[in-house]
Amino acid sequence: MTVHPTDDPITTVALRQADRTVVLAQRLVSWITHTHELEEEIALANIGVDLLGQARALYSAVAEREGTGLTEDDYAYHRDDWQFRNPLLVEQANGDFAHTMVRQFLHDAYATELWNGLLTSTDERLAAIAGKAVKETAYHLRHSGTWVVRLGDGTPESHDRAQDALDRLWRFTGELFESDDVVAGLVATGVVPDPEDLRRRWDATVDRVLGQATLVPPADVVMATGGWSGHHGEALSRLLGEMQVLQRTHPGASW
Amino acid sequence: MSAPVDAVRRAVHEVPDPELPFLTIGDLGIVRDVRLPETSDGTVEIDITPTYTGCPATEAIADAVADAVRAVGHAHVRVRSVLAPAWSTDWISDTGRDKLREAGISPPGPAGTVGLGLPPACPRCGSALTRELSFFGSTACQARYVCGACLEPFDHVKPL
Repeated sequence: MTVHPTDDPITTVALRQADRTVVLAQRLVSWITHTHELEEEIALANIGVDLLGQARALYSAVAEREGTGLTEDDYAYHRDDWQFRNPLLVEQANGDFAHTMVRQFLHDAYATELWNGLLTSTDERLAAIAGKAVKETAYHLRHSGTWVVRLGDGTPESHDRAQDALDRLWRFTGELFESDDVVAGLVATGVVPDPEDLRRRWDATVDRVLGQATLVPPADVVMATGGWSGHHGEALSRLLGEMQVLQRTHPGASW
Repeated sequence: MSAPVDAVRRAVHEVPDPELPFLTIGDLGIVRDVRLPETSDGTVEIDITPTYTGCPATEAIADAVADAVRAVGHAHVRVRSVLAPAWSTDWISDTGRDKLREAGISPPGPAGTVGLGLPPACPRCGSALTRELSFFGSTACQARYVCGACLEPFDHVKPL
């Protein structure tokens, strides 16, 4: 079975955000048993659970909106990689701890502004989800931002690793603020915030934290694009292969 | 004799939290509404709100609430999870805060203070010389601190 959602605009943006959160949650939990200290392991698991909770709320909203009797699980487990609408940033492999934390920080700064903007969405369901998520995300940003400063302004080794991560990941940040017909239509009706506003606020946060961290974004980067419309790298297919295998092999399995 | 809705409300409020079982869900402030049906064979509707969106205890709480309602004589019960307005630690009752302190857990300060304010006082010795070990503790809602005076580590419910 493969689920085929409609191209309803609100379904589309809710799925993009649900996919963003579920993919990043899956990335974070693969750190379990691999971090350098127990506290960090618990932190990444906690952040992953928050993201998973946000994904569940969004997939459930989509399921109700589509009204075809499907559940949150169907949307997470029974769509193929080309149907996923997450931005490319979150599917990037974990790399070392600096790479994970820089990725997380660039993401959390975006998520903070997105949820803040959705608080006043004319779609009540999205506004309600944002009301919860904005509080959780404040803790995530505090955590990842603190680590980026600590690593960037730390030892030569940690600085170089954090700078290397920023150099590799920066090209996935432009996509976060892309607009298209779906987004433009929903901005006009007050359902989603204007990506240009998000970018201005994101820039301010990122400039401030990277400055404290003595990290410099690379210049003249050609931004990657395609995630919002389902054009992904191989990394996502492998991630979903692991995440979906049980439900694909034994549909409806529970324990 | 109290109204039937009070009996149901009391039963629901007394359900223990699965993660912090010395607290009731009434103490936590997550019970939003209790509605009785007009006929005795109708469905009782309970609204609860999750503390964190991804809190794994939410489903266990919903099951326990349904059991509690059935135990006071209502066969049909539906528990809904309501997101808005979002739960805040400000809704934890004074009784709940006392119970947290007695259990060695520092209760939350006012919501909206992420990254601001003084560290919480040690729930064991009362010292203000505490420091944060980790923003994230044994459950989604807690952070880990250590006391500089008595040297004991403790959990702190994060303001949300």
